[in-house]
Amino acid sequence: MIDTVERAADTPDEPQPYADLGLAPDEYDRIRDILGRRPTAAELAVYSVMWSEHCSYKSSKVHLRQFGEQAPRTDRLLAGIGANAGVVDAGDGWAVTFKVESHNHPSYVEPYQGAATGVGGIVRDILAMGARPVAVMDPLRFGPADAPDTARVLPGVVAGIGGYGNCLGLPNVGGEVVFDPSYLGNPLVNALCVGVLRTGDIQQAAATGVGNKVVLFGAKTGRDGIGGVSVLASATFDDARQSKRPSVQVGDPFAEKVLIECCLELYAAGLVAGISDLGGAGLSCALTELASAGDGGMHVDLERVPLREPSMSPEEVLASESQERMCAIVAPGRVAEFLAVCARWDVLATVLGEVTATGRLEVDWHGRRIVDVPPRTVAHEGPVYHRLIGRPSDQDGLVADGPDRLPRPDDLRALLLRMVASPGLCSRAWVTDQYDRYVQGNTVLAQPEDAGVVRIDEATGRGVAIATDGNGRFTRLDPYAGAQLALAEAYRNVAATGAEPIAVTNCLNFGSPEDPGVMWQFSEAVRGLADGCRQLGTPVTGGNVSFYNQTGATPILPTPVVGVLGLLDDVGRRTPMGFAEPGDVVVLLGATGEHFGGSEWAFAEHGHLGGSPPLVDLAAEQALARVLRTAPLRSAHDLSDGGLAQALVECCLRRDRGATVAVDGDPFVALFSESTARAVVSVAEDDLDRLAELADEHGVPCLALGEVTEQPTLTVVDVLSVPLADLRTASESTLPALFD
Amino acid sequence: MASVLRVGVVTFPGSLDDRDAVRAVALAGAEPVRLWHADADLHGADAVVLPGGFSYGDYLRCGAIARFAPVLGPIVAGARDGLPVLGICNGFQVLCESHLLPGALIRNDVRRFVCRDQRLRIEARTAWTAAYRAGQDVVIPIKNGEGGFVADDRTLDELEAEGRVVARYLGGNPNGSARDIAGIANAAGTVVGLMPHPEHAVDPLTGPSADGLGFFTSILTSLVSA
Repeated sequence: MIDTVERAADTPDEPQPYADLGLAPDEYDRIRDILGRRPTAAELAVYSVMWSEHCSYKSSKVHLRQFGEQAPRTDRLLAGIGANAGVVDAGDGWAVTFKVESHNHPSYVEPYQGAATGVGGIVRDILAMGARPVAVMDPLRFGPADAPDTARVLPGVVAGIGGYGNCLGLPNVGGEVVFDPSYLGNPLVNALCVGVLRTGDIQQAAATGVGNKVVLFGAKTGRDGIGGVSVLASATFDDARQSKRPSVQVGDPFAEKVLIECCLELYAAGLVAGISDLGGAGLSCALTELASAGDGGMHVDLERVPLREPSMSPEEVLASESQERMCAIVAPGRVAEFLAVCARWDVLATVLGEVTATGRLEVDWHGRRIVDVPPRTVAHEGPVYHRLIGRPSDQDGLVADGPDRLPRPDDLRALLLRMVASPGLCSRAWVTDQYDRYVQGNTVLAQPEDAGVVRIDEATGRGVAIATDGNGRFTRLDPYAGAQLALAEAYRNVAATGAEPIAVTNCLNFGSPEDPGVMWQFSEAVRGLADGCRQLGTPVTGGNVSFYNQTGATPILPTPVVGVLGLLDDVGRRTPMGFAEPGDVVVLLGATGEHFGGSEWAFAEHGHLGGSPPLVDLAAEQALARVLRTAPLRSAHDLSDGGLAQALVECCLRRDRGATVAVDGDPFVALFSESTARAVVSVAEDDLDRLAELADEHGVPCLALGEVTEQPTLTVVDVLSVPLADLRTASESTLPALFD
Repeated sequence: MASVLRVGVVTFPGSLDDRDAVRAVALAGAEPVRLWHADADLHGADAVVLPGGFSYGDYLRCGAIARFAPVLGPIVAGARDGLPVLGICNGFQVLCESHLLPGALIRNDVRRFVCRDQRLRIEARTAWTAAYRAGQDVVIPIKNGEGGFVADDRTLDELEAEGRVVARYLGGNPNGSARDIAGIANAAGTVVGLMPHPEHAVDPLTGPSADGLGFFTSILTSLVSA
C-alpha cells in the first residue's frame, strides 16, 4: 500500500518507525508541526536521512560558524562553506576547488567498498562544482599495525582506494597512514580531491528557472547504501557490523569515469543550469538541496528513476545511496542535446520532473502524491543542537603526566633504527605503491614528498601544492593546540615545496557529540582551527564533520585532519625533499626546544601519552614559510613526527645521498624533539649566505649542520653513523612484513 | 619534406592515459589525432597508440571488450598491412586479445596494483624502439594490476629467438611476468605491446626521467625511413 499524503492526513495516529530511522521524538514532533499532519513514509525517509547528524550538522553547526565569522579577508575565495566544495582563485583565470570528507564507518564494515566509494563521493563533489578532478589523497588511520583486525581493514581500504581511484585516472599524490589503538574499532578513512576549472565556469547547486527540467543521470538506483548517513554515519558502532553491510554502498569506478567525462562535456556545451551530485542521502538530499537553494519548487515523478531492482519502494528509491549518479537542472530547449551527450558516453539519463513556482517539493509515485514538503525545512532548516560541553575529568591528570619521567636512551644509533622502523614512521611505499601517481601527466611531486604538487596549466607551469595533516595525540592533550598543530604542519608541508599556502579544508573526526567530553574536544579544536586560520590568513573553504567515531563508550583520539592548499606560479621551481648534490650544505631552520609530550618517541618507545604538545607559534610558521618560498634551496623537508633524526633519514633515502651533520647540546633532544616551525634544507655552498640573510631578515634561526655526501651513510658526528642500506631496510621492511 | 606524421590515439570509455599519450606524441614532434572507440575510421593516422586505462571498465577480462570496438576493425586490418601500433598497458592487453600479439596478461603475482619507477632494458629494435641503443637501460613507470605476461614455452622461446622481446624488467620483476618480459613485438616489429608507460616518462618534471620519449620519436624515424 502506498502511503500517500492524503492517507497520511486521514490516519494521523498510525505509528511510524521514526526511532529506527534515527530520529528523536522531538524531531518527529517537529516534522508533524511543519507539515500539519504526520509525514508519509516517503517524507519520513527524506527527513530522517536529511536531519541525520551527517547531513544536517546539527551538533556542529553552532561551532562551525566560527570558520566563516573568523575567516581572514581574501579576494581569492570564489565559493566557500555551504557549496559542495570551496573554490579559490588560482590566477590567470584558473580556479581550484578542493575538499576532504570522511567515509569512516562504511570502511570498517566493508573496507574495500567503503574506501572505494569514499573516493567516488568526494570526486563527485568536486565534479559538481564544474571542475575536472585532477588529484586525490587519502588521510588514513588504523588500529595498532600488528592488530589482527588491522590486517583485515588496512589492505582492504588501500585496495579499495587504489581500485577506485586508479580506474578513474586520478593521481594519488599524498595522504597519511597513522596507527593508534583508539582507531582499532573505528578506522578513519578520509578522502580529499582537488579539481581545476576556469573561474567563470563554477556550477551552481540550485534548481532555478520555473519550467527547467530535472534530469537524473549516471548509474541505476539500487538497494545499496540505504540509511548510510543515518544508520552508519550518525550512530555509535556496536557489534552489529555484519547487519550493517547493506548500508554500505557499492562502487563502479568505470561508471564514474564516464560520468566525469560526460559532465565535463555537458558543462563545456553550456547545457547545465544547476547540478548536484548524489552522495549521502541520495535523491532525498539532491532534490531538497537543489530546490531549497533555487526557486523553491520542484515536481518529480519518482517512478521514472531507473532501478536495478524493480521491486524497490519509493522510500527506498529516495534514500538509496547508489553511487555514480548526478542530478542536473536543464533548460527545456536543451534537454535533447543534454541527452545526446549522455548517450555518446553511454550514460543513462532520465527526465524526472521540473522546477515549479509552488515553493514545495512534490514527489509523485505513479501519479499519487507521496511527498509534499517545503524543501528548506528538509535541507537548510533542520534541527540545531547546543550540546553539553564538559572538560573531561581525566584531562588534568593527562596533562600532568608529562614525558619527563620517561627513561631516555643511551644508544641513539639503536634508537634511530627502531624509530625508523616503527609503524608510525616507517616507509609508506607498501600503501602508496598501490596508487597511480602518474596518470594525467601533471604530477610534479607525490608521496613521500611533503606535499603533492600538481601542474594545472601546461602553458605557464602554474600549479598547486596540497598536504593534509592531523595529530590525534597532540589533540587529545590539548584540542585547541592540536588543531592548530595540524594546521601548522600542513601549512609547513605546503610551504616546503615553495608554494604559497592560501586556503584550508578540514575533516573533523570525533567521538559522540552526546558525550560532553567529546564536545569539549570538538569545540576547542574548532576554536583553535578558526583562530589559527585567521592568523595565517588562510580561510577554511569547506569540509566535513564525522561524529560517533568510537568503540563502545571510548571515543577515538580527537582527530581534526587539516588540508592546506598552496599555489605555485611555476611548478618547475618547486623544491623537492631529498638531498641532491654532494657538497651541498645541510641547514636547520627554526628553533629546537624540548618537546616530547605526545611525541612519536614517547609513544613508540614507551606507549606513553601525556603532558603538553609542542608549542604552537604561527608567526614563526609564517616566517619559516617565507624563507622556504624565497630562498634558493636544493631541497626542503619539514620537521614533524620523529623530529630531526627522522627528517634527515627521509632526506637521505629519497635520492640515496648520505649526510654528515653535527648537533649542539643534548643529542637526544636535538635529534628527536618535535618542536614546530622547523625544516631541514640543503643549499649549494654558494647560496648559503643568501639563505642566512633571508632567514635573518625574517627572524628564523638558521644553523648549518653539515653537508650532503656521496658516501651512502648518515653520520651525526660523535653520536651515530648508519649506512643508508641499513636505514632503508629498517624503513621499508615494516609494512610488507605486516601486510604481505 | 613530407607533411607532419599523424599518430592516432584511441579513447575508449575508461581510457585514462589517452591525454598523456597525446602529449607524448606532440612532444615527439608528430601530430596527435584523437580516435573514438565507436568510430571505425583512423582519420588518416600513420600510426596508432592504444593507451592505458580500463577500457569499458575491464570487468570481464582486460581488453576483452575493447577488441570488439568498431575502431579496432581498421586497426587490426592496418596492423596486418604494416600499420605501426603501440599498445601501452591496457593497450597491450587489447593487442593480445586481438591476437595481434601472442600470449596474455594476468593478475600480478603479488596480487596488488603496483605503481613504481621501473628499470628496463630495451632489447629489440622495432618501429617503436629505433631511437634506443640495443641493451639500453631506461627508467619508466609501471602501474598495473594485471601485468603478468604469460605464454606457453614454445611461444616464449620463439619470441626470444626472433628477437621480439622488446623490453625486460631489471632490478626485480614487478608482476611475475614470464622471463621478466615487459614488452613484445610482432614478427614485423611494427606492433608493440608494452606494460610500462613511456608516456609518463617524457619530461623529468612530471616523470622519473624522459627515457620514454624514445618510443614516440622512434616512430617518426621509422615511418620516414620506411
